[in-house]
Amino acid sequence: MNFSDQLEARFADMLGHYPTKRSVLVPFLLYTQDELGYLTDEAIEEIAQRLDLTALEVRNVISYYSMLRTRPAGKYNVQVCTNICCLLRGGEEILEHARKKLGVAVNKGISEDGVFSVEEVECIGACSWAPAMQVNYDFHENLTEAKVDEILESYRKKAQQ
Amino acid sequence: MADAPKLVNITVNGKKTTAPAGTLLIEACKQIGIEVPSFCYYPGLSLQGACRMCLVEIEKMPKLQTACTTPVAEGMVVNTESEKVVQSRKAMLEIVLANHPLDCPVCDAGGECELQDMTYTYGAAESKFIDIKSHRDEQQWSPVVFFDRPRCILCYRCVRVCGEGMDVWALGVQNRGQGSVIAPNKQDHLECEECGMCIDICPVGALTSGSYRYKTRPWEMNHVGTVCTHCGDGCLTTVGVRRSDTGMEIVRCDNRDKSGINGDFLCVKGRYAFDFAANQERITQPLIKRDGKFVPATWTQAIELVADKFKQVVQKDGPQAIGVIGSNRTTNEENYLLQKFARLVLGTNNIDHHRTADFPAFAKAISENKARTASMRDVFEAPAVLLIGNDPTEQHPLLAWQIRNNVRLHRSKFYIVNSQAIKLRRQATQFVQIPTGAEARFVDFLSGNDAAAGTLTQAGASNENLSQLRDALKGEQNLVVIFGSELRGADISALVKFAAPQNAKFICLGDYANSRGAADMGLFPDLLPGYATFAGAARYQQEWGADVPALVGMDLKQMFGAARDGKLKALYVVGSNPVSRYALDPFVLQAPFVVVQDMFMTETAIAADVILPAAFAYEKSGTFTSTCGDLQMLRKAGDVVSVKSDFEIVVRIAEKMGYDVRKLVPFGKGLRADMGQSRGAQSGEADRHSVWLQARGLEPKVSPFDPLATLDEIQRLIPGYDVSQINLVSGNDEHTQLVQIQNASIPSHPELVVPSNDTLFTSGTLGRYSTVLNSVMERRATGKEVAAD
Amino acid sequence: MAYLVSHPDEVKVISSRFGKGAADIDRYLELDGYKAVQMALQMGSEAVINEVKASNLRGRGGAGFPTGMKWSFVPKESAKPKYVLCNGDESEPGTCKDRLIFEHDPHAVIEGAMIAAIAVNAHKAYIYIRGEYRYLLEIMQKSIADVYARGFAGKNIFGSGYDLDVYWHGGAGAYEVGEESALMESLEGKRGVPRIRPPFPAVVGLWGGPTVINNAETLASVPHIIMMGGQKYADIGTPKNGGTRLFCLSGHLEKPGVYELPMGYNLKKMIYEVGGGISNGRKLKAVVPGGSSTPVLTADEIDIAMDFDSVAKAGSMLGSGGVVVIDDATCIVKFALRTMQFYRHESCGWCIPCREGTDWLNKTLTRFHAGGGLAKDIDNIRYLAENMLGRTFCPLGDAAAMPTIGFVKKFREEFEAHLEGKPCPFEKHGAISQLPVMSH
Repeated sequence: MNFSDQLEARFADMLGHYPTKRSVLVPFLLYTQDELGYLTDEAIEEIAQRLDLTALEVRNVISYYSMLRTRPAGKYNVQVCTNICCLLRGGEEILEHARKKLGVAVNKGISEDGVFSVEEVECIGACSWAPAMQVNYDFHENLTEAKVDEILESYRKKAQQ
Repeated sequence: MADAPKLVNITVNGKKTTAPAGTLLIEACKQIGIEVPSFCYYPGLSLQGACRMCLVEIEKMPKLQTACTTPVAEGMVVNTESEKVVQSRKAMLEIVLANHPLDCPVCDAGGECELQDMTYTYGAAESKFIDIKSHRDEQQWSPVVFFDRPRCILCYRCVRVCGEGMDVWALGVQNRGQGSVIAPNKQDHLECEECGMCIDICPVGALTSGSYRYKTRPWEMNHVGTVCTHCGDGCLTTVGVRRSDTGMEIVRCDNRDKSGINGDFLCVKGRYAFDFAANQERITQPLIKRDGKFVPATWTQAIELVADKFKQVVQKDGPQAIGVIGSNRTTNEENYLLQKFARLVLGTNNIDHHRTADFPAFAKAISENKARTASMRDVFEAPAVLLIGNDPTEQHPLLAWQIRNNVRLHRSKFYIVNSQAIKLRRQATQFVQIPTGAEARFVDFLSGNDAAAGTLTQAGASNENLSQLRDALKGEQNLVVIFGSELRGADISALVKFAAPQNAKFICLGDYANSRGAADMGLFPDLLPGYATFAGAARYQQEWGADVPALVGMDLKQMFGAARDGKLKALYVVGSNPVSRYALDPFVLQAPFVVVQDMFMTETAIAADVILPAAFAYEKSGTFTSTCGDLQMLRKAGDVVSVKSDFEIVVRIAEKMGYDVRKLVPFGKGLRADMGQSRGAQSGEADRHSVWLQARGLEPKVSPFDPLATLDEIQRLIPGYDVSQINLVSGNDEHTQLVQIQNASIPSHPELVVPSNDTLFTSGTLGRYSTVLNSVMERRATGKEVAAD
Repeated sequence: MAYLVSHPDEVKVISSRFGKGAADIDRYLELDGYKAVQMALQMGSEAVINEVKASNLRGRGGAGFPTGMKWSFVPKESAKPKYVLCNGDESEPGTCKDRLIFEHDPHAVIEGAMIAAIAVNAHKAYIYIRGEYRYLLEIMQKSIADVYARGFAGKNIFGSGYDLDVYWHGGAGAYEVGEESALMESLEGKRGVPRIRPPFPAVVGLWGGPTVINNAETLASVPHIIMMGGQKYADIGTPKNGGTRLFCLSGHLEKPGVYELPMGYNLKKMIYEVGGGISNGRKLKAVVPGGSSTPVLTADEIDIAMDFDSVAKAGSMLGSGGVVVIDDATCIVKFALRTMQFYRHESCGWCIPCREGTDWLNKTLTRFHAGGGLAKDIDNIRYLAENMLGRTFCPLGDAAAMPTIGFVKKFREEFEAHLEGKPCPFEKHGAISQLPVMSH
């Protein structure tokens, strides 16, 4: 299968960083996922072949890392932290609010318009600025329900552009 | 060889002991009879430290340590039974049982489960866990492999044996934490060599066998260790049998007994391909052809008919008008008996068998160069191995296992010369690909003919590769040289001559469970047992008390030619299918009187006048000689009433022909067969002996059907076979050397060598009638090799 | 973007360049950047290690192992290449300090890694950043590119004849990868399952070569130590606990944030003065002093110095510097449950006690908090945690067990308040539904 030029360049660059080919695997999987939305069977086969691994071995690795997925997520994946520091400052309520607002079940499903999915995640390193969430890779911190509404709205608009 | 590691002193539970530096503590404990429990530790596989069952207390270490990953160190003081250790073990079991379904009453492993045993031994009787257990449904991964996740304790033995041991890498671990699960390589199913070792090695009932699951309970079976009936490698397989309507039904084969030359190994055929025994198409009563149709007959009718016809032919047309074809799958005793039957009872040397390797040429080469043959065990220990031709992964799976694991565990060197990119190249120190059919030219090159190199380079290897290989080989002492049927005749001599000076040992690869035995036992028109030519017949005549016919007999193809020409009047085929194997015209068999002993209606059997239903390896005792020359004893496991062993059938035909069977089978004769007194003061010993034999599926040597009496005779006549019979009877392998009786030139007929071309999933006629093998082949997608990790 | 705070008690060493645009290499150079590495090249391996030993710098990842000593374990001669690996897989709940360093002072991490490499005579350094920190990885990628563009990395750095390559590496979501041997597995493209030790990474590490693995904050401290001298750095802290550290104050505080305070700073003061006291006028119930895996301290146990040894003496651990403050309206059972939920989620699953133990504890605590607790559960929870402790394949099992034991030991009455169908006293509950419990 073909990857974008950018991803190909990334792959070629990374290969030069390590004494073994498979060392590129974890970050490259994430970059591939960024491009494709999720790790397709085809992409898994391709990466396995490039790195002299079995597809099984690539799947073993994928399934270990919580950010890697083999099924699509929304264009914007809303990841709300409910770990201890966020818990103390209303993280669970934020998650519940986002879920209701977007009408998607937590950790499964995509909103009808395909824009959002909602995930409950473990600590994202925003403890001193709790409660917090990430939308894809963007951090949003010191959240309130009103702030969440605003943020989600801005992404919805972005999706429509 | 490196120097022996130095010994270190350790104390375990107050016992002082020593162990070589580097020994793992768990092994050092085992040496002095202290068991440290473990699930994930498995000798020969990589260390895991995962199950935490082997935690022990070591002085000066604050935490408990895993005995399976800790090497012994000087002055180490260990306690494996302290209160802390005992509590830790108990807790570990409580924890692993939390999500275990405890469905032992219906679990295949119930009764032979390591988790059950440990729970019993280390006491986790109380269940503190009251929440709902995690559950996943059982999955079928292949026709023969099922996976039950809830039972799995994640010891990773299956993953390792498949990857490290088999180099198949079909199993992995996916997800993490409580979601961790063993996963097959094709997401919902397996694509692998179907060896089933993952099932054998599973300590619990997580991996179960498609051919055995839910059939019976382990304690309802008798377990009989015998030699596999398929390829020539000679694996021990443990046959589980249970009483049935028609005798003893074979319920499963596995590798519970790991004392054989195969150690942990067993392949798909050894494990699953026993089901042909109960195939509906199996012939279970004698059949006589009347008006072109087979009609069932009694044994008495059939034997009488055969004996009368044979007698008639011998009397009327002379012994040269009758031919005998023996088998690669019958025992040594049966083959030996058959050639004796041909030579003495019928009076002809018209005896042959389906040759899959040029063993006579091999015997000659070994003899001429005073070289030695290698045993299957040697292959695992050799510092270097050279393989020319063959594809052991397909044709000699145990041999492939030995090579792979020698490379992996002993870092042995491994050189391959092959016309195909065979899978074993992944273990090779050097792999040289040569053109198809160029194996002999390669030997020529080895022998010093540099000009031969030019004809070897068309398949990718360079002149430099070839020279490099030759130089490397010349530097290898104690090399084991293995070659396939690609090499025959004088090429074998040249190869042996090349490597013998380096103290090399040799293996000539033949197909089928006892093709080496068939050759050793003299199923040749021009060779007596032990590859003796007729010039040396005196010893035999003395032993047999009868003359060996002087005339060299017809080989298999000549017999068919004679049948076509109307000169062959009778043909006796025992456990062989020459029509199919040599692609011969079955119509030539219309004229002669043809008797076939077999299990199934083969292409040859169809042409028979009488078919005698024969027992197969698992239904009788006797010995097999592996392709390496390892002699092992079969033990009777299964039983089907109404079929008979080939041995018994031959004896009965001879007896009906009026031959004195004492001359054929030396029962009740000779030192080894001496039963002592059956009454009086010594009778106790005799009885004990008898009971002991019977317990091992053997018969006391008081019957004309006793193969052990014939083994005695074989051992007297063939020098290489003079090995410890006690050892054999105890279930051990004994390597036979090709020690020649004489150095006369041994005739070789390379043109008669026809390899079976069986794969990992075929096994001649037996494979055709194995439902399991057929289903495995159907499910198997076509051939893309998976990369190693 | 993470927010910056400040307090007069702060001693700004690692954070000295925060908020000054030092991610830009020119700005970093203006702020004395890449001087320390040149000094290190002049000093040579032994002198650098001695300086770091003198600083009493201890690992900022959580275990607090003396950094200089760690470096000295690396064999001088090695057939295989040696490596430096920066652990930027910050994932311990309560901890968000490395994020600030990577954002505001990425070159300090690079420079620290370079000095570590010089100290152990390694020629390759990897900087591993957790997958969620994508924006920080991008900052790091640019920083490394800038470093190469200036010729500070690669062949013959600063004309010294020393070759040194620096590479970035990204994770993909796994707390366990913060464990150093799992980190190496992950970098090698594998599942983040820890390795059997010994051998330790200093002897057999990345691709079999000797490897020094240090936390990002540890490495970012190193250039400052070289610049100011080890002794001066050591003097900032308490004995055997040199320097400052970034404390991440979170939870029920008026002024949560990341503050750089001297080692040994008083915890009570940290909460009430630096952190501005308990939010919403509530009272303090408990403090988790060093990230989620450290045992909880009660309100009357907090008058202690925040250094490795003092916190250990108080029965907990300084850990990764994540100070989580819990007010009196919080249910400790709920807090314990959420902690366990995390460890269950993050257990790599390799060994039985961690994989099954965290699952068991999570199930029991879930039922317990929902009102289905039985009296014997309390002892069972403790029994199970105590039987995990010290027996798992890696410290994650301990990290799950230790806080659990602490919660049960110190807040038993809160557990008892949940028993026999009683609703959680801290939450609004409806009727307790039928709970899934097996017969017992």
